[in-house]
Amino acid sequence: MSINVNGAPIALPQDPRMSLLDLLREQEHLSGTKKGCNQGACGACTILVNGERILSCLALAVQYDGQEITTIEGLGSADDLHPIQRAFVQHDGFQCGYCTPGQICSAVGMIAELQRGVPSHVTDDLGDEAIAFSQEEVRERMSGNLCRRGAYNGIIDAITESVAEVAQ
Amino acid sequence: MSLIESGKALAQGLMQGAMAKAVALAPDSWIPGGEPDPLIRHQHGSIGKPVSRIDGPLKVAGAAPFAAEFPMADMVYAAIAYSSVARGRIASLDVAAAEAAPGVVLVMSHHNAPRLKPAPLFMSDPKAAAGDSIPVMQDDAICWNGQPIAVVLAATQEQADHAKSLIRVTYEAEAADTDFEAAIAAGTKPSQFMGQPLHDKLGDAEKALAKAPVSIEADYRTPRHNHNPIELHAVTLAWDGDTLRIHDAQQAVAHSAWTLAQVFDLQPEQILITSPYVGGGFGSKTLWQHHIIAAAAARMAQRSVRLMLTREGVYRTVGGRSLTQQHVALGAEEDGTLTALIHRGVTAKTAHNVMPEPFILPTRSAYAARTMLLDVQQVELDMISNTFMRAPGEAVGTFALECAMDELAEKLGMDPIDLRLRNEPEKDPISGLPFSSRHIAQAWRDGATRFGWDARSAVPAARREGEWLVGLGCATATYPYYRMPGGAARITLSREGEATIDIAAHEMGMGTSTAQTQVAAERLGLPMERIRFNYGDSTLPGLVLAGGSQQTASIGAAVIAAYNKLVAELLALAGNDSPLAGLKPDEVGSQDGGLAKLDDPSRHESYASILNRAQRAAISVEAEPPQPLETMHWSMHSHGAMFCEARVNVVTGEPRVTRFLGSFDCGRILNPKTAASQFRGGIIMGLGLALMEETQFDERSGRIMNPSLAEYHVPVHMDVPEIDVMWTDIPDPHTPMGARGIGEIGITGTGAAVANAIYNATGKRVRDLPITLDKLL
Repeated sequence: MSINVNGAPIALPQDPRMSLLDLLREQEHLSGTKKGCNQGACGACTILVNGERILSCLALAVQYDGQEITTIEGLGSADDLHPIQRAFVQHDGFQCGYCTPGQICSAVGMIAELQRGVPSHVTDDLGDEAIAFSQEEVRERMSGNLCRRGAYNGIIDAITESVAEVAQ
Repeated sequence: MSLIESGKALAQGLMQGAMAKAVALAPDSWIPGGEPDPLIRHQHGSIGKPVSRIDGPLKVAGAAPFAAEFPMADMVYAAIAYSSVARGRIASLDVAAAEAAPGVVLVMSHHNAPRLKPAPLFMSDPKAAAGDSIPVMQDDAICWNGQPIAVVLAATQEQADHAKSLIRVTYEAEAADTDFEAAIAAGTKPSQFMGQPLHDKLGDAEKALAKAPVSIEADYRTPRHNHNPIELHAVTLAWDGDTLRIHDAQQAVAHSAWTLAQVFDLQPEQILITSPYVGGGFGSKTLWQHHIIAAAAARMAQRSVRLMLTREGVYRTVGGRSLTQQHVALGAEEDGTLTALIHRGVTAKTAHNVMPEPFILPTRSAYAARTMLLDVQQVELDMISNTFMRAPGEAVGTFALECAMDELAEKLGMDPIDLRLRNEPEKDPISGLPFSSRHIAQAWRDGATRFGWDARSAVPAARREGEWLVGLGCATATYPYYRMPGGAARITLSREGEATIDIAAHEMGMGTSTAQTQVAAERLGLPMERIRFNYGDSTLPGLVLAGGSQQTASIGAAVIAAYNKLVAELLALAGNDSPLAGLKPDEVGSQDGGLAKLDDPSRHESYASILNRAQRAAISVEAEPPQPLETMHWSMHSHGAMFCEARVNVVTGEPRVTRFLGSFDCGRILNPKTAASQFRGGIIMGLGLALMEETQFDERSGRIMNPSLAEYHVPVHMDVPEIDVMWTDIPDPHTPMGARGIGEIGITGTGAAVANAIYNATGKRVRDLPITLDKLL
């Protein structure tokens, strides 16, 4: 039994109570995924499971047997940044950097949702095949990712700039 | 206070008073900042460039390590149990089941905790950092609802959490003071802040108010707030003999190391705190009980410990901003000239801290009122010790004062900006000191033009777009320049022309490391790549609090002192064979990787050449800046003009902020990219203060009822429009680099600007925060 994290298999935890978040941080030392509330309220622990964003603090690790997980470490490294990571630096889309990995993973998952036509609270036509990118859609869809230092403007600018590259 | 203590306080007060007078009257040249920092003249170097954060790639890659992310050998995890009564004693505490639970290595409580000394309270000593002075697990006394009563250490977090749930406790509760109104009715006491009374009087304001041709009076209320940095408070720590090594989330590494040394009866050097990355602090990341608990338990268990507070645990363990009840009365002539300004009220603190929310601070230097009466009274409640939160005093004080100014402007039939400019003081109204630099009028004019203020209707509820009423409002933002004593820095310059700056400062997202690297590069005449800025380590020089928006000045002054010493030593090393031979330190400056004569740059020698000739691999100097007397010689403040467009839904009452502009006068801006983020971040927290933030406190039980990010609402993406910021960029001639701090000013004035815009939109004046939709229906 194993989970694929950033392309490499890792063992499931012995303790079925362990969250995916704690598995990543404490067992695998992949501490790019952050803990900000451990109750699904802040979005700092957002990761991608088979390309969809989830809150890893609300996920029991043992339920993810055989799944493909991408964390911030899997998107790019400090020496080889993913385009959206580069855009975050360029647009100052963070300050302390703690919510940042969650914002970035969430943005990647969110752009895929737009492409798949997953509607949001502000979508006018629920029948659209793909949702047009707009500031309002992005702000609505990113509202589960809190940034207490208030880098929201920079985050939206960074996502706006990199949406085309990420969507490819 | 005993007679002896009052005598001491009085003598100290007189001494301070005499000293203040002498400093005020001294010639400028005797005062730090009397000679402008030479860097103020540098216009085309690295200062002022919008440099991206140097730690940016690490942060966006998730590779910047925070406190709970450092691995340690043989580590166990902690979980804390909290009291559920506000006052009394623990009658029984049964930890047997917890101790027997799988993986548990220790349960520590007052039954078995080692003897510890009380933690010196923040502001009780220059190096003290503790948020409360209550002994940690030393007896069965309970002082607040949420006080830690036991900690479990176990092999995994899951095991620790489960074992904690098995602890059984009963209390003998005592009557607790948890009701603010009842405490006020029982009597208030005058407040002091940093040893000074929170009371100012200029003439007879009450008499002047009674005689004023136009006047307004109103009461304002602001609730408790919590900082809520997204990074939970955490430590990973271990003992090595009698030395304690802590990976911490800190905004006061040197203070906290000293404070912990007092608790454990050790030398400060035996406590090593590092904190290279901090996930937000806002005043909360000083020393609290969890540090002491984790360190004491680690010593007992002989294991390294990771303690990350839960989100609820942060609310139980770490205090926030206290609540206020403020009364503002303004009297004016028909032309708007203020004849009376009264700002008084009450706040709550505890018996275990010295932090009354000082809401009159922004009023002291705001307006040229002919008479003033400013006063803060306090009551003491049995609650978690409140503390500093972003712009303590100013954040909530400007809400009351600047709403009152808006109310007066309407009664006078004046534009609210004109009213403020009419009362612009020429010198500090209370202290009488000259301003070091005050260009608020320019900030107002520039801001009004950019925002389109002239489109505002003076009549409320005049503009409707569909379901939405639209209004514009404004307010003054203000925050003082501080520089706290105790700074020091070390500069090490190598033969390869690389410089290292060492100072025990902090990076919580302000951009410190980036901006200070820019400054050091400019000061030393080196490219940024040749500068290494080390910080976040209690073993480095300096006592530098990341608070009071003072870090930039504190680091700046310390580096100036070290730089001056470096230049003198380099000239001595250069000797008679150098092009610099015979020059005095004040005749040279740094340029192109070396020193040059200021008025004859052809007389230049590189650092490498000087060190090579002297056969030195490197030179290292350390120095302390002079005491911060400049704040007693000038009145030093930053200012801003805040503009808000708010919309209120006529059907639901929902308020939304759709446009915001902050126009600032904060001295020279060192890095426009990171500075804009600081300004915006403060404004966004101000939007939270205005519209949603409130720590709900059960006045029956003294318990915080919404200890989570689901129930304490902070602004999210959808709440935040594009926020425009601009600044005068006029250097303050009396501060290092010409800069003043910018970390806190954004949250000031914002609450009032929003409230005033909502009034303009709806005609409804909401005087108690937050302005939620129920108050607008």
